[in-house]
Amino acid sequence: MLNTKSTATKARDSLISQKVATLPPSGIRKFFDLLSSVEDVISLSIGEPDFVTPWHVREAGIYSLEKGYTMYTSNSGMPELRRELAHYLEVRYGVSYHPEHEILITTGSSEGLDLAMRAIINPGDEVIIPDPCYVAYPADIILAGGVPILVPTNEENNFVIRTTDIEARITKQTKAILIGYPANPTGAIMSKKEADAIAALAKKYDLLVISDEIYARLVYGVEHICFPSLPGMKERTILISGFSKSHAMTGWRIGYVAAERRFIQALTKIHQYTMLSAPTMAQMAAIEALRNGEVEIERMVQEYNRRRRLMVKRLNEIGLSCFEPKGAFYAFPSIKATGMNSEEFAEKLLVEEEVAVVPGTAFGPCGEGFVRCCYATSLPDIEEALRRMDRFIRKSGLNTV
Amino acid sequence: MKEIFEILEQNARATPEQISTMVDKPVKEVEKTIKQAEKDGTIVKYKTIINWPKLGKEDVWALIEVRVAPQRGVGFDAIAERIYQFPEVYSAYLVSGTYDLAILMRGKNMQEISSFVNEKLAPLEQVQSTVTHFLLKRYKENGETFHLPKETNRRLPVTL
Repeated sequence: MLNTKSTATKARDSLISQKVATLPPSGIRKFFDLLSSVEDVISLSIGEPDFVTPWHVREAGIYSLEKGYTMYTSNSGMPELRRELAHYLEVRYGVSYHPEHEILITTGSSEGLDLAMRAIINPGDEVIIPDPCYVAYPADIILAGGVPILVPTNEENNFVIRTTDIEARITKQTKAILIGYPANPTGAIMSKKEADAIAALAKKYDLLVISDEIYARLVYGVEHICFPSLPGMKERTILISGFSKSHAMTGWRIGYVAAERRFIQALTKIHQYTMLSAPTMAQMAAIEALRNGEVEIERMVQEYNRRRRLMVKRLNEIGLSCFEPKGAFYAFPSIKATGMNSEEFAEKLLVEEEVAVVPGTAFGPCGEGFVRCCYATSLPDIEEALRRMDRFIRKSGLNTV
Repeated sequence: MKEIFEILEQNARATPEQISTMVDKPVKEVEKTIKQAEKDGTIVKYKTIINWPKLGKEDVWALIEVRVAPQRGVGFDAIAERIYQFPEVYSAYLVSGTYDLAILMRGKNMQEISSFVNEKLAPLEQVQSTVTHFLLKRYKENGETFHLPKETNRRLPVTL
């Protein structure tokens, strides 16, 4: 995410666009480099499932190659996939999209996010995002010519942006609110009440809501609130999602956007000049994932849930107080009691105990004092990592409670 | 409750403490459930899957199709019991289809298996015929694959 200090790049290359040149690289590049130099690391710093794509889905991809489905599809994506998606969203969340006009298949949800920003932003338009948040949010807004407006969140408000905090930052330039719940990096989910409040605000100020719901299927003991399913929200929400997290399909690069026709038309315009169409093989696999994937999703969610409980319990036991994450596959413990800052903690932990976690500051200034621990890792690895973290904290003689 | 056994089935060494965290139930309750299950035979045994060829120990395995004559009153059960009591028999199943009993057996060498078939199995009065298939390669057993590389090590060390 944006590390303002590193913005002033030395000797700016005039052949590179200023916007790109000044766009900071992911704030923790230094940490990445350090990580690649340490062997035998237990990495809790990964942002993808450790499951391989379920076999039936992989098999469908293989079959599509065998059958020679190697050409472009329509820009919007295969009609069959869009029909399956419309059906899925209708049945699961009760929100209906017309498969022909209101769904666009993208190359991962990342493309959808970029398209949405480019399709709605005029130069100087402001987009409200939670802090901390997924690293691509501010970057995509800036690349589209917009201005990211960070709204602080913390443990007290369950890492969900509060409407009063949003309202205080609304200006004439405010165009949209970009939210992503369940959230990376905090694991926070949005309750119905919180979602309703944001919806009311969006109506009051005539704002768009871009809802990144890539982690929608990874929730534990709660129901996911699909933002466009809220009354009156379909017409002002751009829903972004995909298959990467739900079906462990990160490498296939397949996602989708659902919104009213005027938005989808705008996004498709950019998509047809840039991506043309999402990978055909991945689209075929996604059809299979939607038709027969529920059993595997349930299996994975159950497994994540066990690991989640283990990680959160152990983090709290070793003195890193951890807010209960009810979604995604991240725990976001506070490391304030150690007296270190996030980067320092992550670097020392890596060097001394060979456990990698991501400093919270990678996701925004409000991530200071926290680290992101991903529990999409085998149980023995989680246990060993927590043993090492426990040793690290005790060894450092830190003033933990 | 079922979840406790699902976890143990995957990892017999999971401790009651670990399981209790994973299923969000008190340790005492988990311990009690396991004790009870051990007593009433829900948990039959705790075993370990060993990749013996790695240690240079190459047992010979055979899948034997057995056609038998069922007996009045006990059907196939009595003859099945006669057969599965032999320690050489690793698994035994009654199956539908062109034969009746499917026997998986393990021997030190082919000789051991053929003498078992010739001297113990085939001469049984109810056994009408046997077909012995020697196993050439094991790909997957009890849900575990032997030849696939570990699939979990392909992720980049950091992704945001």
